[in-house]
Amino acid sequence: MFKKILSLCLAVLMVAALAVSMASCNKSDADFKLGVILLHSETSTYDLNFIEAVNRAKEQLGLSDSQVIMMRDIPESNAVYEAAADLVDQGCDVIFANSFGHETYLLKAAKEFTDVEFCHATGTMAHTEKLDNFHNAFASIYEGRYLAGVAAGMKLNEMIEAGTITAEEAKMGYVGAFTYAEVISGYTSFYLGAKSVCPSVTMDVQFTGEWYDEIKEKDAATALINNNCVLISQHADSMGAPSVCEEKNVPNVSYNGSTVASCPNTFIVSSKIDWTPYFVYICEQAMAGKAIAADWTGTLATGSVALSDVNTQAAAAGTVEKLAEVKAALQDGSLKVFNTATFTKDGETLTSYMADVDTDETFTPDTEAIKDGYFHESEYRSAPYFDIQIDGITLLNTKF
Amino acid sequence: MKTANKPVSEPLVHVVKRDALPLWKSLLIRVLAVVAALLFCSLLSVLMIHANPFEFIDTMFDGSFGSSRRLWKFAKDAAVLLCISLAVTPAFRMRFWNIGAEGQTLIGALSAVAVMIYLGNKVPNGVLLILMFIASVTVGAIWGCIPAIFKAKWQTNETLFTLMMNYVATGLVAYFLLLWTPSGSSVLGELSVGHLPAIGHDYLLLIIAVLVLTVLLYIYLQYTKQGYEISVVGESENTARYIGINVNKVIIRTMLLSGALCGVAGFLIVGALDHSIATTTVGGMGFTAIMVSWMAKFNPLIMIGTSAFITFLDQGAAQITTNFDIDSAFPSMVVGIVLFFVIGCEFFIGYKPKFRQNIHKGGKA
Repeated sequence: MFKKILSLCLAVLMVAALAVSMASCNKSDADFKLGVILLHSETSTYDLNFIEAVNRAKEQLGLSDSQVIMMRDIPESNAVYEAAADLVDQGCDVIFANSFGHETYLLKAAKEFTDVEFCHATGTMAHTEKLDNFHNAFASIYEGRYLAGVAAGMKLNEMIEAGTITAEEAKMGYVGAFTYAEVISGYTSFYLGAKSVCPSVTMDVQFTGEWYDEIKEKDAATALINNNCVLISQHADSMGAPSVCEEKNVPNVSYNGSTVASCPNTFIVSSKIDWTPYFVYICEQAMAGKAIAADWTGTLATGSVALSDVNTQAAAAGTVEKLAEVKAALQDGSLKVFNTATFTKDGETLTSYMADVDTDETFTPDTEAIKDGYFHESEYRSAPYFDIQIDGITLLNTKF
Repeated sequence: MKTANKPVSEPLVHVVKRDALPLWKSLLIRVLAVVAALLFCSLLSVLMIHANPFEFIDTMFDGSFGSSRRLWKFAKDAAVLLCISLAVTPAFRMRFWNIGAEGQTLIGALSAVAVMIYLGNKVPNGVLLILMFIASVTVGAIWGCIPAIFKAKWQTNETLFTLMMNYVATGLVAYFLLLWTPSGSSVLGELSVGHLPAIGHDYLLLIIAVLVLTVLLYIYLQYTKQGYEISVVGESENTARYIGINVNKVIIRTMLLSGALCGVAGFLIVGALDHSIATTTVGGMGFTAIMVSWMAKFNPLIMIGTSAFITFLDQGAAQITTNFDIDSAFPSMVVGIVLFFVIGCEFFIGYKPKFRQNIHKGGKA
């Protein structure tokens, strides 16, 4: 008799438990899963920026720990395909990869697992591959760099007015990783931002041939400073350039986040891409069963292009106000970063430029990018394709 | 001899050489070392990442055996590591410290990719694969034999020389990547030609190929005259000379073999897996291979086990990073600790600690 009662009680309990678990399942999206493939881990500023964004998006969307799976240290090889397939096995609905070299291997996974969405940051192939489940994303970071450039130009003006340098000596230095569109677009917009307030500015660029190499970045920054550059910025992922600047007391415009903690006397401002809006976007679209855009370009308006706080210790007076004004002009469209009236190539104003937008093995230019008096960056695909060497910028080494 | 007035200067513990242990005992010591290491690491995981120790151990195993896909990846990764380990072994057996397997493999991979780029779509895929194979093996062998020639002719230090050749190989890959990617990104991406055919499973051909190589190398080292010459040179160059072995010839020939085997590994990585190249393509396996070979006492058959063990640790560590959502520092530490225990236990296989006899005055025996 006792046994019967016990089993009855247990049965009731189990049904109740089942009901409760069913109820929680019914709460839509509870079994949605996001998988993230990262090139390195927290030690790289590049990857840290993604990890922080994933965690912010997770919080905003109210996802639980088990709904977000991050795979770190995945090299640009077949390992990407393996990681993606493993994430599919774990039930991920959306899989994201963060490095340029991940793309072809992620594409392979997208072709095999057609019911899973694959999103790739910085890639170029979604608009030509035309798969329903493969997407590219980037941000109009050139606008952020332009703003950072304005802050740099104002600092130069301050130095000229103080008599520390003459107008002709206003030369900036830039540490870049590789000589390709993403970096060229970045340093050109930075230069144009500075030039918009300090017309006499010139710039030297030194490449390292690595995305993350602290020693090389330090060496490059030191070489630029020795070569009479009075302000330094960079597009590479280590603390190399900022730390040299702090040591030598040379103003620095940083990237990928504020470096004010380690460089309190020289850090002016930093631009970065905030990937949070994109993560929120792809998760929401997937949960709602809606399509994700083949190419998604985050902007100032979406909150994807972000500027750090200005360090008033190092920045020129009035920088904050000026940046707000320029930012508003960029957002309402009255100001274009790559306005052809503001730069020349070999002394000539450009009226036409064929850019390599569609990736192919021979890298043939295929798309007219200059229309209506400006270069249309990140409009025909999300990843940058501005790769013009304009006047005023000297590349010290082009082997990368 | 027990004397009451023995001076008490004898240390608490001293170490004595053991007689050769029976196999089961030495295996037991090794297993105990791994178990002790994992227990120690789970304790650390509780303290440092606040993990449940059972979950920690479970995750380690989950990394390699959690699904059939992971099992295949485990077998494939172990096979690639084994292939490079095979390559360093002949040289190690003759006490030639080749730490250039990383570069020899990378240059082999680069040669295969060069063939894909310049001859892809111009010759049938089968022919292309054969040419890739020949290119990888030849260039790998040349890369391996350059330090050997310098060693044989001018007594240069092979450790430094082979190490430096790694950097030259990496530099060459960086150079060709610039040449082959006019956009300047240095990212080549997966090429559409020169894929090895899949038999059954994508990775099966690679795994079988490496196992066949393992058996062949075992036979070569154990049962052929050349294999014996390698062992003699390793024991003593003077003895080798005395019995009429041309030491320089053996050194160069063995390094040609080592380099060629690295070339095979490079070919397999390109043809069966990546279909591309980056400076990180070999990813440090050329150095890990040294450990694999050393732990197996340069025996190719035992290396199947040691390469599987190291791969198990790596995949377990990666799984810990993922499941516990932490950066890779802690899992790398775990791998280091386990290896420390495993290598440390070799000491207890060769020697045993002997504690001081507890003889108190008037104490009972």
